[in-house]
Amino acid sequence: MSPFRPDPTFYPSPRLAASAPRETLAYVALLNAANDGRPDALGVVDVDPGSDAYGTMVGRVEMPFPGDELHHFGWNACSSHLCPWAPHAHVERRYLILPGIHSSRIHVLDTRPDPRSPRLVKMIEPEELMERTGYSAPHSVHCGPDGVYLNGLGAPDGDGPGGIFVLDHETFEPRGAWELDRGPQFLSYDFAWHLGQDTVVTSEWGTPKMVRNGLDPELLLGGKYGNALHVWDLRRRRHVQTLELGAQYQMTLELRPARNPGKAYGFAGVVISLEDLSASVWLWYREGRNGRSRWAVRKVIEIPAEPADPGLLPPLLKGFGAVPPLITDLNLSLDDRTLYVSCWGTGELLRFDVSDPFHPKKTGSLRLGGIVRRTGHPNDESRELNGGPQMVEVSRDGQRVYVTNSLYSPWDAQFYPEGIRGWMALATNGTDGTFSLDQRFFLETETGIRPHQVRLQGGDASSDSFCFP
Amino acid sequence: MSGPELWPWVGLALLGALHGLNPGMGWLFAAALGMQEGRSSAAWGALAPLALGHALAVGLVVLLVLGLGLAVPSRMLKFGIGAFLVGYGLVRLFRGGHPRWGGMRVGSRDLTIWSFLMASAHGAGLMVLPLFMAGASMGTAQGRPHSPHAHVAVASSVNTELMQAGMTVLIHTVSYMVVTGAIAVLVVHWLGLRLLRPLWIDLDRIWAVALILTGALTLFV
Repeated sequence: MSPFRPDPTFYPSPRLAASAPRETLAYVALLNAANDGRPDALGVVDVDPGSDAYGTMVGRVEMPFPGDELHHFGWNACSSHLCPWAPHAHVERRYLILPGIHSSRIHVLDTRPDPRSPRLVKMIEPEELMERTGYSAPHSVHCGPDGVYLNGLGAPDGDGPGGIFVLDHETFEPRGAWELDRGPQFLSYDFAWHLGQDTVVTSEWGTPKMVRNGLDPELLLGGKYGNALHVWDLRRRRHVQTLELGAQYQMTLELRPARNPGKAYGFAGVVISLEDLSASVWLWYREGRNGRSRWAVRKVIEIPAEPADPGLLPPLLKGFGAVPPLITDLNLSLDDRTLYVSCWGTGELLRFDVSDPFHPKKTGSLRLGGIVRRTGHPNDESRELNGGPQMVEVSRDGQRVYVTNSLYSPWDAQFYPEGIRGWMALATNGTDGTFSLDQRFFLETETGIRPHQVRLQGGDASSDSFCFP
Repeated sequence: MSGPELWPWVGLALLGALHGLNPGMGWLFAAALGMQEGRSSAAWGALAPLALGHALAVGLVVLLVLGLGLAVPSRMLKFGIGAFLVGYGLVRLFRGGHPRWGGMRVGSRDLTIWSFLMASAHGAGLMVLPLFMAGASMGTAQGRPHSPHAHVAVASSVNTELMQAGMTVLIHTVSYMVVTGAIAVLVVHWLGLRLLRPLWIDLDRIWAVALILTGALTLFV
């Protein structure tokens, strides 16, 4: 029976979320790339600085079958459940929904009664998912006001279109495809919404066939990966506008909308430019007045490639003589003021002040790993690391930034052919404006196990959305 | 009117206030619109459409029962309504849920539809029924003297009942609207949302139990 009071981790506004007690546990998707027949897992990490086990893995649940390729995951319910038009205040933030991109299987894990050892309570089998939704390769998970929203990268046959589907937030039954009119949209990767604007934005990567055998240089040079954002009407479930970035901008991935529902803008990361291997961050925003408004997009951050000795580069990059930064993830603090950008190729985590979203100011940079640099962690600087800051998750209070280093196993092998050695690190913001790595927090996973997305107990900067400013 | 005849009306007003208290019935929506627009006039503006939707939901149920009352003997009607209330209460208790409809960019028409759907799904009109019937039976006991002109008596009793129905919806809705508006404006101007979580108890389940109890009372009293 659900509780009589709203879940204490449902926060009406971003400000109230930021002032709630800090997280003590982090959940992290663990991909098994060892090819040893063992499955992927969900790890539980102690992030309570007062605990003896701080920075170590204190729990682990294996999925029942090998080969899922866990990637992103999310909560069944969160702060959006306080939205006034869909008041579901008495559902609990309790279940983690973990889709496997390769298996198309969706796992539901219960974090009660013991949050350190979640239990598998339900699976949606690939056949059922495909039949009920028409999608495969489930990817992003976002808790919406009236259900759990996910997207699939493609259709059951591995081509497109990919799109959004919804699960019931209590029974986890797939309710079917979300779109009523998808317009020209075909590719899918992430989705985000502005609850105050009844607007959804989606991004583009590639269909399952275009990504699961690795980055295809022919498709890339032909500009065939995604290069647009799509704007949708959340209520009417209709496509309203395509925002083209230009064919040279390949792979529009993570979307980070402003958390204040009154603000109509957000940031999108673009992995690579075919012109100069640079990576970029784009701002989508609404311009014009009510009734005559339209959405627009413009580049606000560009990170150049770093020249490098071809002898140190993997086969895919040898011909270019440079390391592309490869922006693979972004995260925005709940106060909408600080944007974190991970450059998985060059091994850099960047911090920007985005108080003025049109003119971001760089305020910090940390190096860790990288294709050529191999920067070590401050707790043992002599030891080289590989992989680079990839998935970024920010605590609700904006003080701590958790990063992990693997991207996606077929692509990991192309950029880090020697095999990524998994790690999770923590960057902290000092009160004096410094941005540094926590020396006490550096978690390395065993050989073959690679960490991916992190979710924090009680919610984090990217899991929740709000209907109140 | 005096004494016992007044009670159903007081009950209707209290029930309206209770509906107004539920964050899922509109005040939270009005407050959210006020906060979104950054002005309390947006919250005030939401009140009339919310009240209209609520009144339509309650009025529809009351009229339906009035219509049934013309065709079905009153004992049977009472039994049927009691059984329906108990059944609907049980459904709400074990299978909550809401109509999935709405958003934050809403006009008056949207708000009216939303309020109508929410009030209907939560059985707001059903909850009013026992009080309406109590009021109506008192009213008709008064307004239906033993008259030799039977057809005149029937016509006047239908008129009386329509009056009763109108009064029922009006009193209930005015009370709902006053409470909804008062809370919305308090929240927008002074309280903010800090109190929302500690105070938002699961009224849906309490309502479901209330439906079952009123249904049982209708059946057995």
